Amino acid sequence: MVNVIWYLLIFIAIIYSFITGNFETINNGILTHATSGINLILDMMPLIVLWTGIMKIAEDAGLLKVFSKFLNPVLSKLFPSLDKDHKALGYIASNIAANMLGLGSAATPFGLKAMEELQKGNPEKDTATEAMITFLVLNTGGVTLIPTTVIALRIMHGSSNPTEIIITSILATAVSSISGLILDYIIRRKNR
Amino acid sequence: MNAISKIIIPLFVLLIIFNGVKKKVNVYESFLVGAKEGLIMVFRITPTILAMVFAVNIFLDSNFLKETLSFLEPLFRLINIPIDILPMAILRPISGTASLAIMNDIFINFGPDSFIGRLAATLQGCTDTTIYVLALYYGSIKVVKTRYSLPVGLFADLMGIIAAFIITFIFFG
Repeated sequence: MVNVIWYLLIFIAIIYSFITGNFETINNGILTHATSGINLILDMMPLIVLWTGIMKIAEDAGLLKVFSKFLNPVLSKLFPSLDKDHKALGYIASNIAANMLGLGSAATPFGLKAMEELQKGNPEKDTATEAMITFLVLNTGGVTLIPTTVIALRIMHGSSNPTEIIITSILATAVSSISGLILDYIIRRKNR
Repeated sequence: MNAISKIIIPLFVLLIIFNGVKKKVNVYESFLVGAKEGLIMVFRITPTILAMVFAVNIFLDSNFLKETLSFLEPLFRLINIPIDILPMAILRPISGTASLAIMNDIFINFGPDSFIGRLAATLQGCTDTTIYVLALYYGSIKVVKTRYSLPVGLFADLMGIIAAFIITFIFFG
């Protein structure tokens, strides 16, 4: 599926630019956007390396287990295919918590570690498991309690009440996540 | 608000390292092991991110979205919402940076306290970048058969976007 989106984006971009005669833009785009990609990776790299280091300390001290135990009632309902003390649950809990606090860049390394742990028990390494899909549905739903970037931009542009959109964002996020989880649940039941 | 979000991260770091020392973990060694894993992780996700950023950016450069959506303009004038919000709603699941850039433009052109400004802010906060998240996380563990991940993710986005329109209307309309 990602495969199809990827080539469609590229086909449309190049062919549409040819039709509209935008040769200059598309030519420059192809030559410069590899740099944009690398810049994004370089932006993320320091934080990923730092957080995986710090989270390793948490893991070695047993903190992740405590954390996942705390969220266990909810998580065990969402991930029925995982054992109660599955290592991934700690990372999933940390990822969700970081996302909720609007610390998106801190959430990514936890999510990557969670996927790594989920992959360890996966019999078919090239195929997504049910737990992976549920986790990513939760993640793409973007359960954000404090949309920090948006608020910062509203402050920058002189809003009289920059945080007034918190409540509307939370409600919209909740609708998005819950409907995703419901559809995920229905598909899982159907597959049985 | 701002003060709280500035305390969370330092407190979190302090708590984890303090707890490690208390549990007699060699925190420095643990950090190095973890950081090395992180470095390998970055190395593994580099091709995925490069591929996605490249495709999304040349797609945006081509102006395809902006120009093909312009036929909907009369409809949007009817319900009194500037059409500028539409590309943002469509791009939200594809590129977080792109939708953020459009939101910024909307703030500049209409002000953050206008209806469309509040709507844009809610849209930005309502969901994460599905396609990027899927590419990144599945790419990191080399899963290519993503099964029903994308339809479910996009369905959640659609619901979130519809909810953002309705909820903003109820609160600020």
